[in-house]
Amino acid sequence: MSPTNYLLLSALLFSIGTVGVLVRRNAIVVFMCIELMLNAVNLSLVTFARINGSLDGQVMAFFVMVVAAAEVVVGLSIIMSIFRARRTASVDDANLLKY
Amino acid sequence: MTTSTGEAVAFWILGPIGLAGGLGMVFSRNAVHSALWLVLTMLSLGGLYMVQSAPFLGFTQIIVYTGAIMMLFVFVLMMVGRDASDSVVEVLRGQRVAAAVLGIGFAALLLGAVANSVVVPLAVGPAPGSNVGSLGLLIYQRYLLAFELTSALIITGALGAMVYTFAGRAKAKVITQRERVTQRLQGPLEKFGSRSGPGVFATGDSVATPALLPDGSVAPESLSAIIEATARERLGHATELAHAGDEHDRHARDHEPHHESHQESGRPQSEIQGSQA
Repeated sequence: MSPTNYLLLSALLFSIGTVGVLVRRNAIVVFMCIELMLNAVNLSLVTFARINGSLDGQVMAFFVMVVAAAEVVVGLSIIMSIFRARRTASVDDANLLKY
Repeated sequence: MTTSTGEAVAFWILGPIGLAGGLGMVFSRNAVHSALWLVLTMLSLGGLYMVQSAPFLGFTQIIVYTGAIMMLFVFVLMMVGRDASDSVVEVLRGQRVAAAVLGIGFAALLLGAVANSVVVPLAVGPAPGSNVGSLGLLIYQRYLLAFELTSALIITGALGAMVYTFAGRAKAKVITQRERVTQRLQGPLEKFGSRSGPGVFATGDSVATPALLPDGSVAPESLSAIIEATARERLGHATELAHAGDEHDRHARDHEPHHESHQESGRPQSEIQGSQA
């Protein structure tokens, strides 16, 4: 088995996350799809680090994880405040800026 | 460079599990089920990291992602969107089909690009040294600035979360207990309770104060059997009782919440107790 399989799996997971962001209407689920995309990129980073025999890719994946943690905290609090103001977590109902 | 058989086995077990988790997350209606599917995907990805000689990242993935981040997601889901499952109504017509086509095309593009362009060198040994030690050296030497910036980012994120969570709530004035009691006694509750009916000689409008007949004796019909303050054995003190109610009425008109209320003062005492509760 070639390590390229990891990259193919990563590409598939990234595409699934993309489709989820486009399809789902619940803001939290959309957010989870973004997390899935970040994870897929992490997998490809780790695989690249392994292919090249250096650890820099793993360090990048580590930083991606840290940034994802901060992003999750801020994003979920935004969703919470939107929910408190509008009583909904659907991305279709947050349309005040629409027209 | 080919991998060992054990790694291939692990990949062909964990990879489909991860894929199934991703698909399940996208296609399950319930948001909590989506979160659990995503946990499955992240666990299998952590296993794949460990297989690829990145044990530190593997454990970090399991601890940070599935332990902390997904727990946060489930927390917020339970507070916000648990019963808000996705509506079946398409807001934009044909959006789902278009999204599916786009996703399949994107996946084909990515897969083709990766399969055609990534050149795997023939033999590259693993990075020298232990994984965790080498990572620590890299993070604290070559990537030190980025690491410090990361800490600033995390602090900013925590502050931002607190600002968002407490926005609009900090302005609310804290009402003390005394102000609340005064508000209640001066508000719509001021006329609470019924006055005595016409023809009844009563010195107080509390249900605990018995009505007096024209000769000064207590009217038995005015006594409530379920109020303790008017127990039958206390009827002998009816006159004092009436005076006490009188005095208490004057207090009530002053709107002063007083705490040394009499045992018979049914109305304001219960109100004060209610406000303290």
